[in-house]
Amino acid sequence: MDKSVKIEVKHLNFYYGEFQALQDNSLDFHTNEVSALIGPSGCGKSTFLRCLNRMNDLIPISRVEGNILLDGLDIYDPSVDVVMLRSRIGMVFQKPNPFPKTIFENVAYGLRVNGIKDKGLIENRVEESLKLAAIWDEVKDRMHKSALGLSGGQQQRLCIARALAVEPEILLMDEPCSALDPIATQKIEELIYQLKKSFTIIIVTHNMQQAARVSDITAFFYLGELIETGETNTIFTRPKLKQTEDYITGRFG
Amino acid sequence: MSKSVSSMQSRRNFLQKIVFNVFRLAALINGLALFIIIYFMIANGWKAINWTFLTQPPMDSMTKGGILPCIVGTLCLSIGAMLIALPIGVASAIYLNEYARPGPLIRVIRIGINNLAGIPSIVFGLFGLAFFVVWLEMGVSIIAGALTLGAMTVPVMIGSTEEALRAVPDTYREASLGLGATKWQTIYRVVLPTALPGILTGTILGISRAAGETAPIMFTAAVFFTPSLPVSIFDEVMALPYHIYVLATAGTEIEATRHLQYGTALVLIFLVLGMNLIAIIYRSRLRKRMQ
Amino acid sequence: MANTRQITERTMHTLFFVVASASIVMLFMIMIFLFMEGIPIFNEVSVKAFIFGKYWYPTSEPPDFGILSLIVASLSVTLLSALISIPLGILTAIYIAEIASKRVSEIIKPMVELLSALPSVVIGFFGMVLVAPFLQNVFNIPTGLNLFNASLMLAFMSIPTICSLSEDAIHSVPNSLREASLALGATHLETILKVVVPASLSGISTAVILGMSRAIGETMVVLMVAGGAAFIPESIFDPVRPMPASIASEMAEAPFRGAHYHALFATGIVLFIFTFLFNIVADHIAYKYKQVGEATL
Repeated sequence: MDKSVKIEVKHLNFYYGEFQALQDNSLDFHTNEVSALIGPSGCGKSTFLRCLNRMNDLIPISRVEGNILLDGLDIYDPSVDVVMLRSRIGMVFQKPNPFPKTIFENVAYGLRVNGIKDKGLIENRVEESLKLAAIWDEVKDRMHKSALGLSGGQQQRLCIARALAVEPEILLMDEPCSALDPIATQKIEELIYQLKKSFTIIIVTHNMQQAARVSDITAFFYLGELIETGETNTIFTRPKLKQTEDYITGRFG
Repeated sequence: MSKSVSSMQSRRNFLQKIVFNVFRLAALINGLALFIIIYFMIANGWKAINWTFLTQPPMDSMTKGGILPCIVGTLCLSIGAMLIALPIGVASAIYLNEYARPGPLIRVIRIGINNLAGIPSIVFGLFGLAFFVVWLEMGVSIIAGALTLGAMTVPVMIGSTEEALRAVPDTYREASLGLGATKWQTIYRVVLPTALPGILTGTILGISRAAGETAPIMFTAAVFFTPSLPVSIFDEVMALPYHIYVLATAGTEIEATRHLQYGTALVLIFLVLGMNLIAIIYRSRLRKRMQ
Repeated sequence: MANTRQITERTMHTLFFVVASASIVMLFMIMIFLFMEGIPIFNEVSVKAFIFGKYWYPTSEPPDFGILSLIVASLSVTLLSALISIPLGILTAIYIAEIASKRVSEIIKPMVELLSALPSVVIGFFGMVLVAPFLQNVFNIPTGLNLFNASLMLAFMSIPTICSLSEDAIHSVPNSLREASLALGATHLETILKVVVPASLSGISTAVILGMSRAIGETMVVLMVAGGAAFIPESIFDPVRPMPASIASEMAEAPFRGAHYHALFATGIVLFIFTFLFNIVADHIAYKYKQVGEATL
């Protein structure tokens, strides 16, 4: 399997005003791997994730130090077009957030804003994405109904389809199952397993079993610091540090 | 011990009951005031309202006839005002809510808006007279009145649009930006469509507010009497609120035209409160749907 | 492609910023034109004589341009109306936000809103034809068009402002504070008076100031029911002539760009300064105490 480095994070510091949320994090992500970011609430894992597609730019008082290289190019370089960057990196959010539009329009949205006008192309891509996100069969007869009528699990898979339609290279998932029931969660996890064949996936999760089930690499964050990282199997069975072990075995957090 | 605690408890509860009734009474007084004013206008005004009243100009030096020119004038002025206030208000709100970052600049703009909102209507009238009527040589006209009313309604439109924009969940914006949309694409394709009903409600309220104003149009647009309907935006007009004022205070036959005054006031109330009711009902439905 | 998008993006950003600055531009233009048309009066009278002069006889020969009685009239109707509107407005706000059931508050809230939507000319008309004769009969006074009547009508115009802004402030008090107080054994009333109201005090103060600002600037009501006498009142049943009433009623007769015309604009400046101060104070309070309660990160 191709093990090339997709994203390289070097000495990343992140500040909300005076508060330093991330301290000197360095971490690599590889193509076709699923990496899980775990740690207790407020440990900075979501902040870290949102640095990767510069979503934190939206926070007025925030500041970033260090480098994040995507295919060797620094994404915080002033010459980088954030908008183009974000269309290369898809994101799935904690709560399903479909737009108040039809199912079709939700998935077509990313294509339209990226300037695609060809109707046939859009229709094909919408169908492909919905199939890829394993929701096509459930929605194919109601494509022009509101997306808000779907169940929570369906909405989340729709949001994944919406992200896939733009054909990103990387998929960021910020606790994608935290608002879902166990059956819907299982479907998303199966989906992640399928998707890693074509994407680099980085997932933030609260749920240790989930990290163990879906990820190849696990990184443990605590109080803004990256404590330990490695193969998921190793981290969960033979963690190097006591802190990691305590968290994984449920002794704190 | 337990007895004294329970007696103190009952005294606290008794006190609470009394005070709550005082609160209730205060709320009741407001409702009562509204009810009395409206009842009084309807009771005295409904007899004056008939087809002739609504479709004829005033006759016999305004002691008979109808108020058609006033209705038309008020509609022209308030809709004209909204044509000016809506784009400025919506665009300002978009800037403040979507683009601007907190800092001294934004603070200055907000202070400006708050102060604009607080300027007395008669001062807007003076400004309209000095700037639009005299300096820009528009004369006493629909356009001068609409611009004056429009300037006055801008802060109202900014407020209601901002409220509508704030009600759009941030996750919509994040999802759109995450898909590689630009800020403007996000605003235009996701935020504005979602906020549209709220903006619409604000617009209706804005029109009704402009329709009821008297002081800003006294020197800029409204005249005692003109028998013809306006044909251009540079014509002067009659207007419902000014007509009420003129008949009630400056006419030669104040007592004889009482029924016309009540009638005109009732028409104005129907117009303004009707629009408000529509907006209020629409908005409460909207909020329920959002939840 | 990306390039045109970036250009559009920058253009829209600039465009929205320019439009958002329009409010400030308007505010400045209003000041400039008020001063342009108002300042010339000070060639005729000194600023001190204008503001502290007791006699307002703009059409006499020679004319007197002293607006002290107009200022006193404006302040007295505003204060008297505040005595009525502050308690009524705040009590109603507390009732809606804290005490009334959801169904009841959903009836009262629109009523308060409709009250604020009533055109001022209608309220003035109501004060003229119903309240004035009533006061005249009950108190046996020469005219029902007086300071008291105007204040009463103004009160009902500022109640909606005070009420809805106070209600917003009360609403923004976090529920955890209420729960903490109730859990300590305080009654609902004690919780309201000792926790909720203090926590929303800055918002309520802003509401009161803005309500009073609305009253001092209101024109039609004082024009129609205040009685119109340019004297310093000695009783609450004396007729008065507040600044907006003077401007509104005399502008039509004032010769264009004559001394009287300029004097009315100068009166507008004084009125503007009053409301401007009210608003700056309200803004300052609102800004200074923006965050109430619960700390969040």
